[in-house]
Amino acid sequence: MNEGVTGSAEGPAKLEWRGVYKRFARAPVLAGLDLAVAPGRSLVLIGGSGQGKSVTLKIALGLMQPDAGQVLLDGVEVTALSEGARRRMFSGIGMLFQGAALFDSLTIWENVAFRLIHADGVARGEARERAVAALQLVRLGPDVAQLYPGEMSGGMQKRVGLARAIVGQPDILFFDEPTTGLDPITAAAINELIVDKVRSLGCTAVSITHDLASARTIADEVAMLHQGSIVWRGPVGELDTTDNPYVRQFVSGSSQGPIDANV
Amino acid sequence: MAIDSDGAGSAPAAALRWVALIGRTTLGMATEVGAITHFASRGLYAAVTPRWFPRQILRQLAAIGFLSLPVVGLTAWFTGAALALNIYSGGDRLNAEQFMPQVVALGITRELGPVLAALMLAGRVSAAIASEIGAMRATEQIDAMVTLSTDPFRYLIGPRLLAAIIALPLLTLVADIIGIAGGWQVGIHLLGISPATYIINTTTFLSAWDVESGLVKAAVFGFIVGLMGCYHGMNATGGARGVGRATTQAVVSAAILILAADYLLTTLFTRL
Repeated sequence: MNEGVTGSAEGPAKLEWRGVYKRFARAPVLAGLDLAVAPGRSLVLIGGSGQGKSVTLKIALGLMQPDAGQVLLDGVEVTALSEGARRRMFSGIGMLFQGAALFDSLTIWENVAFRLIHADGVARGEARERAVAALQLVRLGPDVAQLYPGEMSGGMQKRVGLARAIVGQPDILFFDEPTTGLDPITAAAINELIVDKVRSLGCTAVSITHDLASARTIADEVAMLHQGSIVWRGPVGELDTTDNPYVRQFVSGSSQGPIDANV
Repeated sequence: MAIDSDGAGSAPAAALRWVALIGRTTLGMATEVGAITHFASRGLYAAVTPRWFPRQILRQLAAIGFLSLPVVGLTAWFTGAALALNIYSGGDRLNAEQFMPQVVALGITRELGPVLAALMLAGRVSAAIASEIGAMRATEQIDAMVTLSTDPFRYLIGPRLLAAIIALPLLTLVADIIGIAGGWQVGIHLLGISPATYIINTTTFLSAWDVESGLVKAAVFGFIVGLMGCYHGMNATGGARGVGRATTQAVVSAAILILAADYLLTTLFTRL
């Protein structure tokens, strides 16, 4: 393994995982993960299935507790905060889930306005207006506002998920496999939207993906996670030129190399 | 442990295995009881302290209470009617058939009204809550709620517990009335008892506590119905199969706990 790669950001980090360990039953998933993202940068985490990418994201979001180590948001350790304090601190966070994770029982505008109504105390009328405006930012018309998630395609649901993530003007956005399950044209549209929104909001972005085309579009930097730690990190332009054997095998899709095929 | 050739060492080894099994089972049960108790306290705290979500509470009241009226009403009517027939034919052996209206009223208000309404809700509501919350867990909707700075205990669990605790006593009151009406219809139309006699026998005999104790029981049963649905739904793992398992566990555990709580409460009330 390529020891000593820490995944550090230059300068003060917006978000940082410091020596994070996590294991499930007998299997270690994260083994002292060190990773940091600078403000305003878009970091994409790549790696094979079961290498701990989703766990990395869930620990940062407080959905999972690490066995050891710290997660720092703007220099404040969030793993030690109570649930309530963490929820308040995370009010500036937006997350696009792999399956969009829209609430089935709510209409589209209620999904988008969920944080505004239930956490920020915005009146329903104003929240609806802001939700419709957010839907327009992801190129969905006001006619979809009254639909339910089950009445929309997967690509449209992802757009709604993105609108829900950005409606609160977050300063950090997380994307979990944003293009999984989408056709190439819809995937490209989602990638463009992500780049557009991250840049226009000026926020920090952390994404995990298997989709290298997506990574090339949305990333400023790419980090590769293997067996619970970062084995390579670099600018997205070096993804295809690095001689790191893990990245080369991952990019080429070869079964020959240091990564065992997980079948 | 050494095992000698004639197998003399196998008996202690087998005994140890049994002890280990009993220990594991006991620890597992203690862990589960602890987890349910912790979940119940968090849920109750979320139900009785602000911030509340009135729309969610109203929605759950409609789903748990209003939509359960037909099934609870039908169950109560048939039970009251069958109870009247059984008591009349059983009382006939002791020349005590004239007490049928009183016994039907007592049986319905103190026992069958709350218990049957609760068992119907265990099947209808615990299952629905467990499958809905379990599906939300499986599709990351609960994780999404957390990232949207909203406490799932306040938004999902508290309203359901509150609605179940409020709705079941109201449903029980309806079940009491319909159950007694079922007995009344059988008494009047099949057994030839005069309507006036039936009503006088019922109302003069029945005390307020007979009804109230049933309503107190119903509130406890409502809590159990809501709690089991929420607990098993929130802890569902393993996709669709896990949601199915959680649903079954919610119904079975709610039904058992309702019957156990009924015995304990009846014991308590008869000593008051």
